[in-house]
Amino acid sequence: MTVIRDVVCPFCGCLCDDLEVTVEGNKIVKTRNTCAISSAKYMHHEENRITAPSVDGREVPLDEAVEAAAEILASARRPLVYGLSSTECGAIAKAVELAELVGGVVDNTASVCHGPTILALQAVGESKCTLGEVKNRADLVIFWGCNPTEAHLRHLIRYSGMPKGLYTPEGRKGRYIVAVDVRETRMKRLADQFLKIEPNGDFELLSALRAAVREVKVQAETVAGVPREQIEALAERMKRVKMGVIFFGLGLTQSDGRHMNIDAAVGLVADLNHHTKFVLTPMRGHYNVAGANTVTAWQTGYPYAVDFSRGYPRYNPGEYTAVDLLARGEADAALIVASDPAAHFPADAARHLARIPVVTLDQKVNMTTMLSKVVIPVATAGVEAEGTAYRMDGVPIRLRKVVEPSDGVLPDAEVLQMIIDRVRALKEGA
Amino acid sequence: MRSLIVKGGYVYDPLNGVDGERMDILISGGKVVEELDEREAKVVDASGMVVMPGGVDLHSHIAGSKINIGRVLRPEDHRKDPVPRTRLTRSGVGYSCPSTFVAGYRYAQLGYTSVMEAAMPPLGARHVHEELNDTPILDRTAFTLFGNNYFTLKYVKAGDMGMLKAFIAWLLRATRGYAVKIVNPGGVENWKWGRNVGGLDDLVYNFEVSPRQIITSLARANEELGLPHTIHLHCNNLGVPGNYETTIDTMEAVRDIKPREGRRATVHIVHCQFNALDGDNWMNVRSGAAKIARYVNAHSHVTLDIGQAIFTDTTTMTGDGPWQFRLHNLTGNKWVNSDVEMEAGAGVVPYTFRKNNPANAIQWAIGLELALLIYDPWRVYMTTDHPNGGPFTFYPKVISWLMSRKARTETMLEIHKACMRRTTLAGIYREYDFGEIATVTRAATAKALGLKDKGHLGPGADGDVSVYDIDPTDWRPSMYRQVEKAFSRAAYTIKGGEIVVKDGEVVAAPPGTTIWADVKIPEDAEEELMRDLEADFRSYYTISLANYPVQDEYLPVQERVAVDGRRGW
Repeated sequence: MTVIRDVVCPFCGCLCDDLEVTVEGNKIVKTRNTCAISSAKYMHHEENRITAPSVDGREVPLDEAVEAAAEILASARRPLVYGLSSTECGAIAKAVELAELVGGVVDNTASVCHGPTILALQAVGESKCTLGEVKNRADLVIFWGCNPTEAHLRHLIRYSGMPKGLYTPEGRKGRYIVAVDVRETRMKRLADQFLKIEPNGDFELLSALRAAVREVKVQAETVAGVPREQIEALAERMKRVKMGVIFFGLGLTQSDGRHMNIDAAVGLVADLNHHTKFVLTPMRGHYNVAGANTVTAWQTGYPYAVDFSRGYPRYNPGEYTAVDLLARGEADAALIVASDPAAHFPADAARHLARIPVVTLDQKVNMTTMLSKVVIPVATAGVEAEGTAYRMDGVPIRLRKVVEPSDGVLPDAEVLQMIIDRVRALKEGA
Repeated sequence: MRSLIVKGGYVYDPLNGVDGERMDILISGGKVVEELDEREAKVVDASGMVVMPGGVDLHSHIAGSKINIGRVLRPEDHRKDPVPRTRLTRSGVGYSCPSTFVAGYRYAQLGYTSVMEAAMPPLGARHVHEELNDTPILDRTAFTLFGNNYFTLKYVKAGDMGMLKAFIAWLLRATRGYAVKIVNPGGVENWKWGRNVGGLDDLVYNFEVSPRQIITSLARANEELGLPHTIHLHCNNLGVPGNYETTIDTMEAVRDIKPREGRRATVHIVHCQFNALDGDNWMNVRSGAAKIARYVNAHSHVTLDIGQAIFTDTTTMTGDGPWQFRLHNLTGNKWVNSDVEMEAGAGVVPYTFRKNNPANAIQWAIGLELALLIYDPWRVYMTTDHPNGGPFTFYPKVISWLMSRKARTETMLEIHKACMRRTTLAGIYREYDFGEIATVTRAATAKALGLKDKGHLGPGADGDVSVYDIDPTDWRPSMYRQVEKAFSRAAYTIKGGEIVVKDGEVVAAPPGTTIWADVKIPEDAEEELMRDLEADFRSYYTISLANYPVQDEYLPVQERVAVDGRRGW
């Protein structure tokens, strides 16, 4: 029995790196320091696994599945490569290379979550920090349109709520926590102040706060259901603190206004920097969605929605994003890595996915594997394979391998390299 | 690999005292050799051309979180400059924030074979190395940020040189870094409270140490350890009119530090153009370059690089968070700030240097004044602080300005006349020759970095050679456009004995080597340091000490420079 310490959790963007995993034989028997989700990921990583590569539902040797995948991608006119946020960076790099090779489109799950955050960044920038800055300095923490108590379970404990840091010796007591949401979540009990706002009222409330920070009188009695006095008081508090931070989630990025909401938040934070230190940080979901953006950006210049059909990268969210490409019926083949778009995409997009040949690399059976022509099982990064992942704040951490994958099951990056080699051979043969 | 003979070129190898002599360069096994079997070798015909060691850029931002923020931030920049894939090369984008592959290809096309990434935040070191691994051809190092690190401040405050030295050795190893980089010492820590420092004797909050103490302690530790390069310093007050005084104060502060054996310098001042402003504000700003040059000419302990400004749209990115916020407020351009716990910070702001802007015209002149007024080319190096002053792809343009007064005059006539009245450039007649260009772009930079096998073509040197299609015997400064053209597209770039560029096109893209400094310190000093680190890591970092050091997987091709820091412990 071995206890492996400092294990990095490959589930959410918190990328906690203090896990302890106990292994007996090649089996995980116990975990420590995990949240409920993380524990489930480790303890049940063997369940519901894809047992063998398959083509058209027929089990085949790996080479044959790779050959079939290569043929589909090499002969497609507009192949889509999608997913990538729940695998390690080496695989992401290979996926980008493959998309370039076949002149396809590569997109990652950011396009359906924090894509608007990136659009806002491209318009106005952002002021951000790593999570340790929050732990060590922040005395005002605002959660806007996100609920870490259910989505990022250890965020409050490790980074943003409770921990005692360098200049926050009192921990939770020294921090004022504000939660802004359209419904009363568990954050209400935890926060010092809860602002229940009207759905789709984020832009207005952020703008009113910004006005108050700039000492412009807000005329309306209430904005998005929040009384003027409360807005002014919060603005005053924001200016007075030593360091403030806004964490925001899909409540901000996927409600009306989308990237305009983030624009407003960035503007508010920029203004606050004339008074004190203020930053904002998106609560990234998948453990390596930040890595998917990072790798794609250094290889192509663009973080997602990249089209290689002209031989060089072009970027246009809304056109080269997976949902749009599928819903328009444009993609004629797809490679899905570490994602389940069939279960999560809008019906039009999912329906088209079912009509075209799909190659899927995944560990487990899901809706996408069920409609795929080629399915190749892979090792789970962070459990059965190493690699880099980028935390929600951009800190790169090396994932650890705690158990060996089953015989013949390879990591994503190796399978993608095999497909690249076959595609290259096919293209050069032709 | 076949051996190579670079035949019949005019060789400029300043470190070996070769100045334009016609001679052959022989390369075998990736190294320059004295003799080889000519029948076996491939011949590169360089007759009538200039032959130099491969270029060595000692200050550039090509890999890591800052440049990648720049890439994400600026799709509009990429649109100007898409790069298609070829059978051999990857696609990407160019201009001010090139993708990693394109940065590698384009440096090689200019005849550069080694590039130093000038600012690596320790927590983001893995990111830097991942990007460097996707940067083909170039050999490289990365400079680890120390100037605002919690442990640096803690040990400087305690006056504990032993712990400071042990920490430098440990962090360079943990990040696979090569040199001690300092950015706005103290100012970046204060920026984490939304403040800055205004000069060498301001204090850092909570630590009560001054930038002067930080700089001198790190410089002393650097020299006592005997690191290959001096401290690499981005001074306080960057971009503030009147800052030339701070810059000279800074140089003066490290004057009495004893340099390591075999070196006279104790400090390298980076992108000095941004720190050589005279005047009180942006309305009456003028050049302070002449004053800095006077100081540097009289003191041998300083080296600097110019950080030449280019009239173009570019992306500024520094580890100097408060400066980037200031620039955001000056320009109204979009702004990214990125603070790194316990260690560092950074900012990114797009910026356009405009010909009709008086301050920009002055900044353009300052870079050239520094290069021309400092007599010793071994102590002033050509950079644009890519991409801060402008993209590195403008190096040929800078070379033409250095080599030709006519080129400078023509530019001066196009730009705001402030450059005539508020700088001394119009009165400078000096023109660099090819030997001096070879010095400020490869020989002197390699020497300053302590990279013994780079920057020269003597036996044992790395087989890194660039060949430029221009005849130095038949060239006059008025023909500056020819020189610009020749330096834009190397006739040949040879990297480790392999031809990687021919006629300006990439013909091979082998991986480069990452070089880092492996400093040995006494075991008990290391143990004491680790005890201290463990406690603070647990309390204040958000990543465990065990997961912190860069693993060897991130350096598939690496070279350690062993440094014995135990001497004089």
